[in-house]
Amino acid sequence: MDFTVALAQIKPKLGCVADNLALIEEAVERGIREQAGLVVFPELALTGYFLKDLVPEVARPLYAPEIRRLADLSRHIGIAVGFVEVSDDHHFYNAAIYLEEGEIRRHHRKVYLPTYGLFDEQRYLASGDRFRAFDSRLGRMGLLICEDMWHLSAPYILAMDGATTLICLSSSPGRGITEADTFASTASWQRLTSATAMFLNSRVLYCNRVGYEDGVNFWGGSEIIDPSGALTVRGKILEEDFVIGGVSEESLRRERISSPMMRDENLFITLKELKRIGKERNR
Amino acid sequence: MSGLAVNTELLQKVLVGFVREEIRKVGVKKAVLGLSGGIDSALVAYIAAEALGPENVHAVIMPYRTSSPESEAHARLVGERLGIHYQVLEISPMVDAYFALFPEATPLRRGNKMARERMTVLFDHSAALSALVLGTSNKTELLLGYGTLYGDMASALNPIGDIYKSQVWLLSEAMGVPMEIVEKKPSADLWAGQTDEQELGFTYREVDELLYRMVDLRMSRAELEIHGFAPEFIDEIYTKVQNSHFKRRLPIIAKVSNRTIDRDFRYARDWGK
Repeated sequence: MDFTVALAQIKPKLGCVADNLALIEEAVERGIREQAGLVVFPELALTGYFLKDLVPEVARPLYAPEIRRLADLSRHIGIAVGFVEVSDDHHFYNAAIYLEEGEIRRHHRKVYLPTYGLFDEQRYLASGDRFRAFDSRLGRMGLLICEDMWHLSAPYILAMDGATTLICLSSSPGRGITEADTFASTASWQRLTSATAMFLNSRVLYCNRVGYEDGVNFWGGSEIIDPSGALTVRGKILEEDFVIGGVSEESLRRERISSPMMRDENLFITLKELKRIGKERNR
Repeated sequence: MSGLAVNTELLQKVLVGFVREEIRKVGVKKAVLGLSGGIDSALVAYIAAEALGPENVHAVIMPYRTSSPESEAHARLVGERLGIHYQVLEISPMVDAYFALFPEATPLRRGNKMARERMTVLFDHSAALSALVLGTSNKTELLLGYGTLYGDMASALNPIGDIYKSQVWLLSEAMGVPMEIVEKKPSADLWAGQTDEQELGFTYREVDELLYRMVDLRMSRAELEIHGFAPEFIDEIYTKVQNSHFKRRLPIIAKVSNRTIDRDFRYARDWGK
């Protein structure tokens, strides 16, 4: 299916759920005005990123009024948004939901919580335990949250599960400054989104935030990558933006004819070898 | 200059954005800083003027009676070029009144007192003007501990604390800091003719090359030696970084409760911003 995607490259306020909800609603309304089929937000758009001990205060259950409000708006447009989810057994997750037609189509809990360098997620959050593709009005999709995408198996599982659109919600800090035009972290991400799309013959919708938290910048540069790995459109670096681009069924079809790697991918060899490795590790 | 070379356009954009956003998010629009006549504070003034507009930047030039007149002239030059507010406020009366009680005080004590006197002036202006104090310590100085704790190391926001002196030179040149300031020898200006490099016993370029590999690249000692750094130089610098670490941390608190500030009571400073 052909559709228009909006990537809302916003600047959330740290720990201010009401303010961020207003920011998100405003962007959703803009997406509706621009006739986008889907609007994607960054990781933790509803809360901000370096939450630390704020996690329990800003967490919301799936049935919270804020989520209900966004679900209502999804009668007009698909919405992928990140927030802190609290489960009924009081665990906190870095989560993303895909909303459409007033309902939660898919709910993903970030599996890979970075806890190194400037990251400290595992101290405050619980990990998710699955990657599952899902059907939406716009085709079969998969949700990834930031670090998830750095684990080859995550987008691979989603693509093997039939996803042709991979949505990645991100809060990526800019770091590593050299003579190059971009941060080292920006260059790595751009290689990653392109290579992932190319390997899996799938489009990648990447939404990264901007702004500063305690001196750490988030670099933006949200982008749509087509299934050949080529860039369709990219947002501004270090500035707020509302990136709009088209996604076409034809480009997916052509890519899957010319480079049918996903057709030829042998799930059973992969499974067999992974099982063997699992068994050997358990010995 | 190996890995210390930077894309100055990108660096400028990040640092200007940092000052603009971190100041405005706390609900103020102005910054105050001390201008010494040296390159670090000149660069911070250039960054702040671009971030906030020159009308929102207040500089205080605070010579002591032994400070070099050239320093004051260079500080004024920055103020004039940028069109920011600036004033000269001599700290000699305050410092001298105090040391009249301790005439035997060493130059180190005197230098530290001057740095702290300047800090109190800046933080008083912070309240008077509703402005945040900008720090002007670079990464080289911070790592070596070559600064006065609660003196020149004190600030609300420091835009240049993650860039080495060699990078300060590059960015200053790119942003148009007057060449007489870029090219002169760095000095704390505590007495006539003093230079940092003479006092430290090595050049900033030498130590930056080592610190970059040791801190940023995490090279092992063996690797550093292969890169041509003398074992004694590595030891000297490692020890300086280690022994000055207290200057880079908050005071430590004796833990007795379940939630101790900064240990298990952890929030970003931008909490709610």
